[in-house]
Amino acid sequence: MEEKTKNLKAGAVNVDEYRGVWIFAEQRQGQLLNVALELLGEGRKIANTLGLPLTAILLGHEVDEIADKLIKYGVDKVYYGDHKLLDIYNTDGYTKAICDLINREKPEIMLIGATTIGRDLGPRISSRIHTGLTADCTKLDIDMDNRRLMQTRPAFGGNLMATIICPNHRPQMATVRPGVMEKSKYDKNRAGKIIKFTPELEEKDIRTKVLEIVKGTKAQVQLEDAKVIVSGGRGLGSPEGFKLIESLADKFNAVVGASRATVDAGWIEQGHQVGQTGKTVRPSLYIACGISGAIQHLAGMQESKVIVAINKDPDAPIFKIADYGIVGDLYEVIPEFMEALDGIDV
Amino acid sequence: MNIIVCLKQVPDTNEVRIDPVRGTLIRDGVPSIINPDDKNALEEALKIKEENEDIKVTVLSMGPPQADMALREALAMGADEAILLSDRAFSGSDTWATSKALATAIDHIGNYSIILCGRQAIDGDTAQVGPQIAEHLGIPQITYVEELEIIGDKVVAKRAIEDGYYVIEGKMPILLTAIKELNEPRYPSIRGVYKAHEGNRVKNWSAQDIKADLSNLGLKGSPTQVNKSFTPPGRSGEGEILSGSPKEKAGQLVLKLKGKYLI
Repeated sequence: MEEKTKNLKAGAVNVDEYRGVWIFAEQRQGQLLNVALELLGEGRKIANTLGLPLTAILLGHEVDEIADKLIKYGVDKVYYGDHKLLDIYNTDGYTKAICDLINREKPEIMLIGATTIGRDLGPRISSRIHTGLTADCTKLDIDMDNRRLMQTRPAFGGNLMATIICPNHRPQMATVRPGVMEKSKYDKNRAGKIIKFTPELEEKDIRTKVLEIVKGTKAQVQLEDAKVIVSGGRGLGSPEGFKLIESLADKFNAVVGASRATVDAGWIEQGHQVGQTGKTVRPSLYIACGISGAIQHLAGMQESKVIVAINKDPDAPIFKIADYGIVGDLYEVIPEFMEALDGIDV
Repeated sequence: MNIIVCLKQVPDTNEVRIDPVRGTLIRDGVPSIINPDDKNALEEALKIKEENEDIKVTVLSMGPPQADMALREALAMGADEAILLSDRAFSGSDTWATSKALATAIDHIGNYSIILCGRQAIDGDTAQVGPQIAEHLGIPQITYVEELEIIGDKVVAKRAIEDGYYVIEGKMPILLTAIKELNEPRYPSIRGVYKAHEGNRVKNWSAQDIKADLSNLGLKGSPTQVNKSFTPPGRSGEGEILSGSPKEKAGQLVLKLKGKYLI
């Protein structure tokens, strides 16, 4: 016992006092985000492995129907913190409400979606609780020997994967990359427990004020759910090239994707970006046009079922992972491809 | 008013290669740069300095001795003061320990109104250190800032979300994290470069200099550990290269996709 205490790190806790798997169910203006369902899917697997219930944390104001929805999507218990001051996300209110709950209930795992808001909230909580947080995980496993969460994430622009552990601090916290985990399924007959409470919050606790919410200024690009994606890269040569990509995408009812180079060059909005710093996608068909296949791009699309690559350079790395490759000028190949597609439609 | 900008020197990950046999990073010949988002943070501080009276911009970095170069570049761009937090005791720090060390250094500098950080560094992509510093210091934060205005003792920021933005107001002292939409970083002037390399303009601080609690530093102070690292398992596609004229290739592709029931 003495040995054990000596080796303990600053902020270390008795990990055996912590039990339970929690997920943060992010909602914005009464809409539950897709990533929350992905966390439920993944959280369920982890909870089953550990033989523990799955709990969701829901914060907001008058969002009771979301609490019900979470039960139907497979959660055993919902802590639903209802407060006027939590109506719109704010760092201070959400951090306090969740930290108070963690300190009282002591969960061993806490998962948060790696959205622009989850990435504001997660580090704030981990810093206050004094525990580890692994960012943007793409894979989670339990090592039953040590009862540890093995948190795998890309690093160095997707060039390297690292598995991170948090041995002596609890909860083991991770943000999870949207679009990677499988969503849980809806079951209208599922039952669970909703524990509604009023977090202890006062006006003065909230030090930032949201003056306005503006949505729709950026194109809503539904890459994560797309069945077919047609993506353009630097090989397009100019921003106008995306018009050709769009016409090909139209033939498939597909969503337009883009490489980081084209986004950095300002040819297309960031919402279209696929890759380590963009979105992770797994469509049935991914058509990469003029994309060389830098690791950081591959990191976001190599789970696609079928990959087609069109590129001038026969040595482009994209051909190594593609199922079908066409070496050639995309401005010649794509029009021919569209014509051939029209041929079958008729 | 004092502004502190935290910046990190990072390997240009666009240039990073992997040793295919050992599965380790080849750092030789990879250029080191100021992390891109951090440069936007610095640019914003310099803009505030230009538009207001009596602003002092201090740049702070934690890293090995060679991070000195990144701080000199920041001085050349127009920062007033540069501090390098460098000590073996810091090595192996995760984001918790890193943010603790930086927050301790910021407390040691004292008397600040705005802390500016980049949203995330390209070598780790965690976006954690900014908010964690804010929490250690007990000050509010606004992350993902794409537009900023200073009004009296308040800041008003446009904070990007996936499909739009929030306009958020906060009182100073406050920590902000910058994204690339915030501004276009300037190039250092020739005179600036010259001045930045005159004598010892970068202050070196050790863990002892900032009176840091050693149990919170480095590997020892880090709640997380790397269990293992590996190169991502590559996908192996069918790798069929279609041949013929563009028309023939296109025709074959249609047949292949039809065979997979994708059309």
